Amino acid sequence: MSVTDIQLQEDLAHDDHHEDHHEQGFVSKYIFSTDHKTIAKQFLITGIFWALIGGGLSIIFRLQLGFPEMDLEWLRPMLGQWITTEGKLDAEFYLALVTMHGTIMVFFVLTAGLSGTFSNFLIPLQIGARDMASGFMNMLSYWFFFASSVVMFVSFFIETGPAGGGWTVYPPLSALPQAIQGSGLGMTLWLVSMALFIASSLLGGINYITTIINMRTHGMSFSRLPLTIWAFFITAILGLLSFPVLLSAALLLIFDRSFGTSFYLSEIYIAGEALPNVGGSPILYQHLFWFLGHPEVYIVILPALGITSEIIATNSRKPIFGYKAMIGSMLGIGFLSFIVWAHHMFVTGMNPFLGSVFTILTLVIAVPSAIKAFNYITTLWKGNIVFTPAMLFSIGLVSFFISGGLTGIFLGNSVLDINLHDTYFVVAHFHLVMGSASFFGLLAGVYHWFPKMFGRMMNDKLGKLHFWLSFVGIYLVFFPLHYIGIAGFPRRYYSFTSFETFNIYGDLNALVSIAAILTFAAQFIFLFNFFYSIYRGKLAPANPWKSNTLEWTTPRFPEHGNWIGAIPKVFRWPYDYSKPGAKDDFIPQTVPYSHTPESNLEHENELTKEEDLTGVEKAN
Amino acid sequence: MLNLIIVIAVVLIIAVIFTAYRVTTLVDVVKKDKNKSHVPSGNSLQGALMIVFLIAGIAGFFYFSMKEYDTYNLPIASEHAVVTENLFWITMAVTVFVFIVTQIFLFGFGWKYRYKESNTAHYYPHNNKLEMIWTIVPAIVLAWLIISGLKQWNVVTGPAPENSEVIEVMGYQYAWAFRYPGKDGELGSYDFRKIDAINSMGIDLTDQKGHDDFMPAQLVLPKGKPVHLKIRGRDVIHSVYNPHFRLQMNAVPGMPTRFWFTPTLSTAEMREKTGNPDFNYELVCNKICGKSHYGMKGIIVVLEQDEYDSWYKENQENSFLKLNPGYISQVPEDLKEAAKIAAGIENIEKEQKVTTAASSF
Repeated sequence: MSVTDIQLQEDLAHDDHHEDHHEQGFVSKYIFSTDHKTIAKQFLITGIFWALIGGGLSIIFRLQLGFPEMDLEWLRPMLGQWITTEGKLDAEFYLALVTMHGTIMVFFVLTAGLSGTFSNFLIPLQIGARDMASGFMNMLSYWFFFASSVVMFVSFFIETGPAGGGWTVYPPLSALPQAIQGSGLGMTLWLVSMALFIASSLLGGINYITTIINMRTHGMSFSRLPLTIWAFFITAILGLLSFPVLLSAALLLIFDRSFGTSFYLSEIYIAGEALPNVGGSPILYQHLFWFLGHPEVYIVILPALGITSEIIATNSRKPIFGYKAMIGSMLGIGFLSFIVWAHHMFVTGMNPFLGSVFTILTLVIAVPSAIKAFNYITTLWKGNIVFTPAMLFSIGLVSFFISGGLTGIFLGNSVLDINLHDTYFVVAHFHLVMGSASFFGLLAGVYHWFPKMFGRMMNDKLGKLHFWLSFVGIYLVFFPLHYIGIAGFPRRYYSFTSFETFNIYGDLNALVSIAAILTFAAQFIFLFNFFYSIYRGKLAPANPWKSNTLEWTTPRFPEHGNWIGAIPKVFRWPYDYSKPGAKDDFIPQTVPYSHTPESNLEHENELTKEEDLTGVEKAN
Repeated sequence: MLNLIIVIAVVLIIAVIFTAYRVTTLVDVVKKDKNKSHVPSGNSLQGALMIVFLIAGIAGFFYFSMKEYDTYNLPIASEHAVVTENLFWITMAVTVFVFIVTQIFLFGFGWKYRYKESNTAHYYPHNNKLEMIWTIVPAIVLAWLIISGLKQWNVVTGPAPENSEVIEVMGYQYAWAFRYPGKDGELGSYDFRKIDAINSMGIDLTDQKGHDDFMPAQLVLPKGKPVHLKIRGRDVIHSVYNPHFRLQMNAVPGMPTRFWFTPTLSTAEMREKTGNPDFNYELVCNKICGKSHYGMKGIIVVLEQDEYDSWYKENQENSFLKLNPGYISQVPEDLKEAAKIAAGIENIEKEQKVTTAASSF
């Protein structure tokens, strides 16, 4: 590790003195790279790959739900034995599909794909650092993720199929291969994959936190950090505290499955025999799982909110409204996210008093979330809004965040949850507030920082088309699910024909499926735009969105080390957009107050005296 | 046919994307010199689309919600459901109000403050008063919702009334089993080790209270009387769920759970109310439990009190022990006689003698 660091230092020193740097080999530049920018792109491409798989799986089970009569024989070349002789989807494979869809989307796409990409890419660039604190650990973080991906991918091809107990893999179902085929080898692979994933996530998280605390450039105090960095910082802390708990839950499950312990198993009679396990508690697993599981949803959404804050401020040409309130609410959400987990468990039979406590705490967490939504809207107020694709996706995110967040008020209220728990209402809720909102955050981030990642622009028109198709499509997919949920439809049902009560809404389910297919299809517009623009896009200007943050002061194609010459100093917060008196409608963070007497506020004039201007060029 | 349509649709979509892309790039090349602003053309169009989306979305939302009200809003049939239903719609009113207002502001601002060359954005970094307001107002509203919710939560999850009808429900892959206490009004204990193909609930026959327990195929409940369900799972976690009663509680192996409620509409009344002569309350499994999770159904029958009493009387003659007299061997020696009486086995033996005597003629 230290060897790599020293090499990096030498490399940079080399760059500083002479312009000629030695060319890295292909392997060290693109594969086993320690450059945070390359690692970010690796996470992004892997995340896109998984998003396609995860989305594709959802299309297969939506076909089943929307068109239960449909002949799926044409899927046999791909799914083989999982298509029954009657040309129907196998009911057990259906469960494997929803399980893998959930696992892939939550962990591989919206945790690794989102945090992995943007924390890696933006932290050094926006705080003014040459790279992460440990480039080597960062590289390991990706390769652990890669290994985890390979294991999870392999589980699709085994005879008994991938894990099928739902993405939460509750025991005893996930512990007993007698109960469901997927709990055999598929579940073992799931657990191995998750253990690797957790290692990856921890390696990344430790690095993000260390880098943000220790490696900020001169003048980049915590109160001048862009909100993206604040979001990544809090996210990394959440991950660091909660992922180990998931690992412990997974370990105990491994023991129960393979070594005959009884942490989660008790008094079970299955497949004609009573198992010897007594004294365990399935509820223990749920407590452990959701102790990660709930912070996890904030691990997924906070980076998206951070990205949105930055994009909305930039494209409204206004400072983000309530910078301190935004930080405060993120800290509040971060803290509270650890003490609301049992709202996933109101009807598990846990002590009703706990239910009361968790109801109160859960609805408390709605307050900082509401503050964020209001602040975004106020940022738009009296702005001068430029609708870049990134901005559109950010506005879409806010819309989803509100729509999905409000239904949380029903679900968080324990007595209402009795009827809504595990119905499609829940599915609608979390797909909007966490799934779609973070997915839009991811896309917004890609559109916004693509010019920095690849030095080229993505096509604006295709981006907008992609937005509208996705935005309308997602609402058409998830909004109707609320009605289906209020009508009591349980989730994870292969078909609703067995129940008289659910003998309605065949048409609505068909509509949802069609909307899902179209939305999925629309993502290929993005894929085309993305890969085409990497090679053939217009060359990006230095600062295409006229943004204040540091990453836009790097060259078009930044080398390892990011800045040629010294790292820029920072003199102000990142949101001086449309400041009265200023010549332009933005003042980058690198511009000292002493250069902008015309726009300084009173307390800022005071600050000019303390500014250390050595090495700062007088602009214009 | 559908497959063909899908294939055609996919091909068309791809064709449309490529054409659109080619056209826009060409147009951009032509326009390049005219458009010097950093703001891409069509900015106002995006703002306008937001308004279109807003109006169409809200209109569609209200239209569908009102038109379909009776479809998605199942008739409720328990005492606590009336209260929770009320709270549900209060919450709905509050959230829909916030939903509509915030979406109008969000998309409305999008349109109103779209980029104009002449405009400058208003530098407005914070306003503590405003922020205090939208911290405190949601906090108060939420506190009110929480308090109303918790009051009812305490009732629903509180101890069942003394006079409750105690019934045991057990979920297993992929069906439900029910056990009634029989003549003595008390359920006997159970042991998962005693479970076999016939004794599916593992009734422990060393416990005298279980000798008269009976296990009907359906969950039959009296109308207007509190029902106390004792719930357990046999193999994996299941969930006892019925939307009409607003009833849900997981059935967990190794950890008995409970739920009590009072049915207010009999099956017959519900058939009349819904106009569906085949209506049945259905017991739904609502926790993923394996391959046939989606088919794990039980039938719940709600009878008027007097009908229930006669049903009960009739069925308590069919105690588990009576139907499966071989299990008498599991009863300890000193309890055997009492067990035979409790289960009504004496009668069987007599009847059998009569029938054999009759057939021998």
